[in-house]
Amino acid sequence: MLVFLVKRIFNAAVVMLAVAAMAFLIFRFVGDPVEMMVNEQTTQAQRDQLREHLGLNDSVFVQFERFVVNAAHGDFGISYRNQRPVSELIAERFPATLELVLVATILSLLIGIPLGVVTAIHRGTWYSETLQFGSILGVSLPSFVVGIMLILTFSVTLGWAPAFGRGDVVHIGWWSTGFLTRSGRASLILPSLSLALFQITLVMRLVRAEMLETMRMDFIKFARARGVPARRVQFRHALRNCLMPVITMTGMQFGNLIAFALITETVFQWPGMGLLFMQAITFVDIPVMAAYLCIVSFIFVAINTLVDITYAVIDPRLRHQGH
Amino acid sequence: MLMQAHATTTGHSGAAIAHPVLEVRNLRVVFPTRHGVLNAVSDVSLTINKGEILGLVGESGAGKSMTGMATLGLLEPPGRIAEGEILLDGRRIDNLPEREMAKIRGRRIGAIFQDPLTSLHPLFTVGAQLVETIRLHLHLSRSQARRRAIDLLKEVGIPAASDRIDDYPHQFSGGMRQRVVIALALAAEPELIIADEPTTALDVSIQAQITALLRRICRERAAAVMLVTHDMGVIAETADRVAVLYAGRIVEVGHVDAVIHAPKHPYAKGLMDSIPPLEGRVARLAQIDGSMPRPDSIPEGCAFHSRCTLAGPHCRIAVPGLVETEGSRTACWLYSGGVEA
Repeated sequence: MLVFLVKRIFNAAVVMLAVAAMAFLIFRFVGDPVEMMVNEQTTQAQRDQLREHLGLNDSVFVQFERFVVNAAHGDFGISYRNQRPVSELIAERFPATLELVLVATILSLLIGIPLGVVTAIHRGTWYSETLQFGSILGVSLPSFVVGIMLILTFSVTLGWAPAFGRGDVVHIGWWSTGFLTRSGRASLILPSLSLALFQITLVMRLVRAEMLETMRMDFIKFARARGVPARRVQFRHALRNCLMPVITMTGMQFGNLIAFALITETVFQWPGMGLLFMQAITFVDIPVMAAYLCIVSFIFVAINTLVDITYAVIDPRLRHQGH
Repeated sequence: MLMQAHATTTGHSGAAIAHPVLEVRNLRVVFPTRHGVLNAVSDVSLTINKGEILGLVGESGAGKSMTGMATLGLLEPPGRIAEGEILLDGRRIDNLPEREMAKIRGRRIGAIFQDPLTSLHPLFTVGAQLVETIRLHLHLSRSQARRRAIDLLKEVGIPAASDRIDDYPHQFSGGMRQRVVIALALAAEPELIIADEPTTALDVSIQAQITALLRRICRERAAAVMLVTHDMGVIAETADRVAVLYAGRIVEVGHVDAVIHAPKHPYAKGLMDSIPPLEGRVARLAQIDGSMPRPDSIPEGCAFHSRCTLAGPHCRIAVPGLVETEGSRTACWLYSGGVEA
């Protein structure tokens, strides 16, 4: 188990270094940072001083090392546009994105798993066929279309839920949460649903396929031969066997959701990292873009590693591989 | 603890002592397909008494496993029982609703399947699976059930049972896993145990241990056992009586010594001749030409006639019924009116 852990973490570190190299290259070579930070009145001497100050005269390797060390400490430099530390900007926006993605993930599991089980067990009935067909729509509709349709239906026409923003937030330390206020929770509904729709159908289809596969297995038949009631066989014996791929997918998709949240965030004007990134692109705010790249990749890698470790915890066969 | 549960089982069946534990009457199992309805099992009747092991032997597809699954009520749809009755202790069970049947499975009929690797749920400890089965059928607390689970594991010969109860199936060897499966089958002291190829997936040396264990259990608990296998050696060692199946029908049934040492049906003879003797070498083993017909191409008359060297015109016309022969009952025109038309 320990060897497994060390190996996984080493792999993760290598991937992160590669990502950092890319972010660094963008930072260093897309335009001249000095040119972007100064205005027309700046003298050559001032420019040279700034260049020296930023360490741009050092060798590439020294600069890269400095970039990695700083990034590891959460220091991604100063935003060109806002003239504030990038880490501060990200820290402000991160809770919004995380809460959105978290709610979307929970929704997708809460809705997707039971739907998957039901469509698998009642295969061939009209409602499971309808769900199965409907899920194709869910997979194929682009998320901005879903978002706009949700806004049109539930905000504009019915007026049930707010169409943009986060509502009122409560600050707990540096974290800002929308969970604790009524308007905060209401504002979460549409964006999280819009973000979750694709996930729900994905989870449903996966659970359905896995259930159909598992229900054919010997240990399911043997469980029935032992007299385990059908419902218990389905929800305890079969479903448990299906959860591994669901966990993997949810884990992998969590990173995806954070990345793709930028579309949902743009549609719903959700003040998260995605929106920050979109604005950074508009203003060629390289430090913010580099930081976003690093952070999203870090989340991706961290989640993948965590999923691998969770595997080992859930499946005893992986845990005991040592003996 | 085990003795106590045992006593209740005996008391339970005490009133119906006149009945065999299992009686199957004229069972027909069909599989509707696109090419018509296939008969997987035709007109099979058999009985198993308390403390008796009945071997069902035949090639793959002969209908032996189907008979076992039909008894358990676990035929895979669209397979179903088209005709006949299955009686457990004199009461019909083939027409029970699923909810009722689930209470019988595990409680009154235990099952042992072929592959112990795939029969056990890989994600639950053997203890969890035992406790689950015990508590589904017997009114025991969690800790009582656990104690009973340990006793069962000891009884089927798992060393250090109280340490191993919290292990997962993959931590056991194949033979040990099959012992766990047997413990699961015994969990609620069933009157009938259906063992579907219980030794097929095991090493030869382990096979002998498992058959010995099955025999001991049958004797000690006076359980009836339906032993489904294609292995004549296992039958010879374990069964009291044996039914030979061919293309969904019983062709010969009788005491194991009679059927093995003096088979009457040409197919049963052919089967016995194809087993290598323990002493001496044979230049070439006898074999039956051709292969068993698939359920969609069973010929008219006796299903074996096209491979039978003794077949006559009559064999092509009508299906022979079982008649008394010396030491067994045989379905062959040789013994019931001749092969001539």
